[in-house]
Amino acid sequence: MTGAVVTGIGVVAPTGIGTEEYWRATTAGASAIGPITRFDPAPYPVRLAGEVPGFVPEEHVPSRLLPQTDHGTRLSLAAAAEALSRSGLTAAEAPDFGIGIATASTMGGFEFGQRELEHLWQLGGQHVSAYQSFAWFYAVNTGQISIRHGLRGPGATVVADQAGGLDALGVARRQIRKGTPAVVTGGVDSALCPLGLAGQLSTGDLSGAHDPERAYLPFTREARGHVPAEGGAILVVEDAEFARDRGAPVLGEIAGYAATFDPDPRDPAADGLPRAARQAIADAGLEPGDVDVVFADAAGRAGADRREAAAITALFGAGGIPVTAPKTGTGRLYAGAGGLDTAAALLSLRDQSIPPTVHVDATDPAQEIDLVVGRARPAALSTALVLARGRGGFNAALVVRAPLPGKPVHTKE
Amino acid sequence: MSTLTITALKDILRSAAGEDDGVDLDAEILDTPFTELGYDSLALLETAARIAREYGVTLSDDDVDQIDTPRELLDRVNAAARA
Repeated sequence: MTGAVVTGIGVVAPTGIGTEEYWRATTAGASAIGPITRFDPAPYPVRLAGEVPGFVPEEHVPSRLLPQTDHGTRLSLAAAAEALSRSGLTAAEAPDFGIGIATASTMGGFEFGQRELEHLWQLGGQHVSAYQSFAWFYAVNTGQISIRHGLRGPGATVVADQAGGLDALGVARRQIRKGTPAVVTGGVDSALCPLGLAGQLSTGDLSGAHDPERAYLPFTREARGHVPAEGGAILVVEDAEFARDRGAPVLGEIAGYAATFDPDPRDPAADGLPRAARQAIADAGLEPGDVDVVFADAAGRAGADRREAAAITALFGAGGIPVTAPKTGTGRLYAGAGGLDTAAALLSLRDQSIPPTVHVDATDPAQEIDLVVGRARPAALSTALVLARGRGGFNAALVVRAPLPGKPVHTKE
Repeated sequence: MSTLTITALKDILRSAAGEDDGVDLDAEILDTPFTELGYDSLALLETAARIAREYGVTLSDDDVDQIDTPRELLDRVNAAARA
């Protein structure tokens, strides 16, 4: 069986549009958490978010697609275009049904949907856009990316909240194992409109803090929930031989993946995250000692953080491995997080540097993890474990490995 | 009811469904099929909905299916408006 390798990354994140801009900000410990500007958040108990700043749709999306796309879909089209461009992959380079697509979504095009619902109630059904038929839908990013780039291989959309971003990469790897040479995958979410925020408020997991520096503090005694955010990353994953034959740049390999489901939410001992982590490492043919860094889910809620810290220490020992959560600088990206954390892990392997968890000064002493805080930490890295949990009991874990020596390595721009 | 002109139709098309990068809507397009202009059936449904709101002429989905070019659309709408 040949491996699945990552050959391109595209990022739209609150801390940067474009992979290198995002990575510079992330390694510098930058934060983009701030007051919501997309609408007046004053009537809501949550006023902070991680918004993608300065995104000009006309610069990223053809005019033809503007009337039919939600903001989140436009972000995903920008990320996909960058990922494909960096990988050098085009539909012409693969057999006719050779490029698949698998993206994750948590909420779909809420902002578009809200506008059309307003039209419905204020003006009547004749004023609802024909594009409402799909623009709000979970599968819309998968569809629009595939149409725009002529990707005619197997298509999939995964809906598993924050875990979905990793699950999409798992689906991509499965499609490659079944014989599809390349798959465009990852996830981008955006629902920073009143309807989207109302939906997220219903979880009770959002931080009500008004100070951007103190709102999202996973693994600390001050953890009070998370800050919602938008954005994510799209990755190009290819069969290793196909990538080699076309001389594609290789950033790393998806070496292991596993997903689990929590059996009973009332039973903390039934947490499926440790099982997902163990199975992903075993799936990669590795032992925990082979892993060099963990990119944590970092829920930002006391119980969930304690269980994640316990899962990590059970595998690697107390303080036994560096752990980081760069999403503290963006807020939680829902389906966008899996792709973005995987991108960050691959860039860490490339640069031999672990980006810091921002805003966090000191972890809860009861959580015996070696959280990388303050500044990026240089380290010898060849293998990273990425963890994600989705509301409703979804857990996913992914192991990425640096390219083997002697293989072509992605060069820095 | 005012007459739907090709200029007004171009404005509606741009606003309802955008403009393909490879297509010049300002060119002579009266007899160019909508498919060649980059407009699919959904784009035409959205266009028809806007025409209904602005010109009071409602085209059925079947009508829209049978219309291939801007000239046919203008003829159908303006004939209905005169009726």
